Amino acid sequence: MIRLLFLALIVLLPIGAAAQELTGSFGPNEARQKLTIRSTTDLEVMGPVVESYLFGRPDLRIDYEQWGSNDLYELTASDCKRDLAGAGIVISSAVHQMVRLVNDGCAKTYRSAMTAALPDQLRWRDQLWGISREPAVIVYNRKLVPAGEVPRSRFDLLDLLRPEDSRYRGRVATYDIETSGLGYLLAFADSLEASTFGGLMESFGRSGAVATCCSAEIIDAVIEGRFLLAYNVLGSYALARAQNENRLGVVAPKDYTLILSRGAMIPKNNRATGEASAFLEFLLSAAGRASLEEALLLVRLDEDEGALLESPDDTQTIQRPIALSPALLIALDRHKRGLFRERWRAAFPISP
Amino acid sequence: MGSIFRLPQNLSLKSRVALAMATVLIVGGVVVLVAALAYGRQAAREAYDRLLVGAASDIAESITIRNGAALVDMPVSAFELLALAPDDRIVYRVLDDDGRTLTGYENTPLPRKSGETTFYDSEFGGEAARYVSLTRRFAERSFSGSVQVIVGQTLRARQQLARDIAQNALLVLGAAGAAMALFAWLVMQSALRPLPRIGEALRKRDPTDLTPIDLAAPSEIGSLIASLNGFMARLDRQMQSNRHLIGDAAHQLRTPVAAIRAHAQLALEEPDTERRSRMVKRIHDRAVGLSHLLDQMLNHAMIIHRADTAPRDLVDLRNVAVEAFEANEPAILAPSNVVALDLPDDPVTVRGDSLSLAEAAKNLLGNALSHGQPPVRIGVRDGVQAELWVRDAGEGPPETIRTDPATRFAGDRTNGGSGLGLAIAQAVATVHDGSIRMSADDDGFEAAMVLPKECS
Repeated sequence: MIRLLFLALIVLLPIGAAAQELTGSFGPNEARQKLTIRSTTDLEVMGPVVESYLFGRPDLRIDYEQWGSNDLYELTASDCKRDLAGAGIVISSAVHQMVRLVNDGCAKTYRSAMTAALPDQLRWRDQLWGISREPAVIVYNRKLVPAGEVPRSRFDLLDLLRPEDSRYRGRVATYDIETSGLGYLLAFADSLEASTFGGLMESFGRSGAVATCCSAEIIDAVIEGRFLLAYNVLGSYALARAQNENRLGVVAPKDYTLILSRGAMIPKNNRATGEASAFLEFLLSAAGRASLEEALLLVRLDEDEGALLESPDDTQTIQRPIALSPALLIALDRHKRGLFRERWRAAFPISP
Repeated sequence: MGSIFRLPQNLSLKSRVALAMATVLIVGGVVVLVAALAYGRQAAREAYDRLLVGAASDIAESITIRNGAALVDMPVSAFELLALAPDDRIVYRVLDDDGRTLTGYENTPLPRKSGETTFYDSEFGGEAARYVSLTRRFAERSFSGSVQVIVGQTLRARQQLARDIAQNALLVLGAAGAAMALFAWLVMQSALRPLPRIGEALRKRDPTDLTPIDLAAPSEIGSLIASLNGFMARLDRQMQSNRHLIGDAAHQLRTPVAAIRAHAQLALEEPDTERRSRMVKRIHDRAVGLSHLLDQMLNHAMIIHRADTAPRDLVDLRNVAVEAFEANEPAILAPSNVVALDLPDDPVTVRGDSLSLAEAAKNLLGNALSHGQPPVRIGVRDGVQAELWVRDAGEGPPETIRTDPATRFAGDRTNGGSGLGLAIAQAVATVHDGSIRMSADDDGFEAAMVLPKECS
C-alpha cells in the first residue's frame, strides 16, 4: 500500500558547510512532478504524512530533506538572496526564523479557502501558515519522580528546585538555546509570556540544571534516569516516545502551555508552486490533519481516553499559541539576542 | 448649461430637472470621490505614521548605555504596535553617530533630510514602504552622542484603510445621492401640480367663458395666468365690440334704410317734379345721416380694436386736444360754435395710442357742440392725473347717460348725432386705464377723459 520506493538514510556529520541531516525520497523516480520539502521535522515523523499524501498521486515524487533549524534558515535566506529556486516548500518549527524570512520578502503569496480558514494567529500575509499544533511540555521519569512530586506548573517546578538539598539539583534539563533554534524560540516565548521565566532561569542556575541539545537526547536521558525532569520539550517528540515507553510522563503545564505551530512557506523563487500549494492544501485538509494527528504533530490537549498527555481540566485558558506575527522578529534582533543569551548564560554557564 | 448641451425645446420639465440633478450628482460624486480618496490616504497616512513614531520612540526609549556603547533592549511593545498593521512587513535599524548599524536591517535606507523626527518614503525588498527616523541624544560620562532609530513598514494596511474610508464615503455619497434624487422627484411633483390643475380648469371651461381664471398658483405660474387673463380680456372686448357692431348695424341701420327705401319708392311714383326733387333731397339727407352713423359705428369698433392692439407711445395730451380742435374747425367756423382752446405751458404726457385718444377727444367735443350750449371750451389739465376736458355752458346730458356713459344710442339724435360719441370716449378711456368724468356746476357742464400720467 505504501508507495515508499526509496528511502535513503544518510547521516551526515555536521562538518563545514551546512548540510541536511537526513534525506528521503518518496514516489517514483521518473515522476513528472517533483517537490522538495525542507523541514526541521524528523523524517521519521513526517514520512508517514508524506506517504499518505502521495497515496493516489502516482506521478509525483517528493524529496524530503531534514534540516537543523538554523541551517535551514540560513540556506533559505541565502537561496532568497541569490534568487535560487531552493525548496518547493519549507517547514520549520523555528517560526521566528520563518517570520523573518517572510518579512525579508522571501515567500510567495498563496490564498485559498483553506488558508483563509486558519485563525489569524496561524497565518501571516498569506505567506506563512501554521500547520501543526504542538504543546511545549514538561517530561519526567515516572519511575523516579513520585506521583505527588510531578510538577503540574512552573510554580511546582520552582518549588521542587528551591530546597538546598533537593534531589532534582543537577537533574533537570532543557534545550540549549544556542544550539537549538526551537529551544531559543520556546525560551523567548516564555520570557514574553510571564514573569515566572526570570525566576525559573535563576532557579535553573542555582540548582545546576543542564542545557543540552536536541529533543531525542533529552528524552532518552529522562527515560534512562540521568535526568528526572526536562522542561520545555516539544510535545510531539515526547508523546511519540511515550507511546512505547511507560517510564516517560508528559505534562502540559497548567499555568500556561505554549503551543507551537510549525510554519510552512513557499519560497518566492520556487518553480513548483502548484505542487507546493497542493501539499499545503493537503496539510490543512481533513485528511492531512488526520495524518498529522497520527504523526502526533497535531496534539489535542483535551483528548480524554488513554491520553498520554497529562493536562488540566480546563485546557482552553492555558493555551498560548505562538502567533505568527512580525512581533517574532524581535527574537532575531542582534542586541535582544545578545541580552537574552547573557541572561541565559548566567543560569547555564558553559561547562568546561 | 443650455449653451453646452442643446436640449430639445419640448423636453419635459421633469426630464430637465432629472438631467440637471444627474449632472450635479455625477459631477459632485466625482469631486467627493476624489476628495474622499485623498482624505482617506491622508487619514491612513497620519494614523499609521503615528504608529511608526510610537514604535520608534519605544525603541529609542529602550536604548541604554553599557560599557560605553549603546545597547538596544528591543521592546516587544514596539513590534506589537507595528503588528497593528497585521499584514505589513517591518524593517528597522539602529545606528550610532558614525553610521554603524547597532542592530536591525543593515541596508535600511536613510532619510535624505536630517532632523529630529523625519518621515520618508522608500522601499523595502521591492515593496513601497514608509519610514520614520528618530534621533535620541545621550550625554553620559561613558557615551556622548546620538543614536538614530529608523523604523519602516510596508503600506498594505494604509492602503486598506484608505480604501475603506473612500468606500464608506462612496456608500454615504450614494445613499445621499439616492435620497436627493428622491426628494428632487417629490419636490418636482409638488411644484408641477398647479400646471395640470390649470390645464384641467381651462379644459372644463365653457367655450364662450372669457372671464379671468381665478386659481391660486405660484408666482411663476401666476404671471402666466395673468397673461392668459389679459389675453382673454382683450379677446372678450373685441368679441363684444364685434357683437355690438353687428347688433348695432342690425338694429340701427334697418330703420333708416327702410325709410330711405320707402322715400325712394314714393319718389319713383311721384309725377310732380318739384315734389320729387324735394323727396330726393330728403333721401339724400337721410343717406348722409346714415353714412355718418355708419362711420361712427365703424369708428367705435375700430377704436376699440385699435386701443387694444396698437403699440402704446408717449402722447402729449395737448397735441390731442389741438387735433380735436382742428378737426372740428368746420363746425367751429359757424359763429354760434366758437370753441376756445385752453392749454397749459408744459406737456402733459400719457402712454397710449394718439389716434384713439384724438378720436375720443373729437367725440367729446362733437357732443358738446351738438348737445351743449356755447361757449364751448376744450383744454388739458395737469393734476394728479392727466385730464382732457370739454366744457360748455349747458346743463349736460340726462342722469342716465351720466351714470353710464358707455350706453350707446341713448342721446338725443335730433341734431344728427350718432349717439356713439360718449361710448367711444368711454371705451378709449377704459383701454387706457382711465375713465370719463362728467360734472355739472353753475358755469355749465364738463366731460373729462381722466388718464394716468406718464412721467417722461
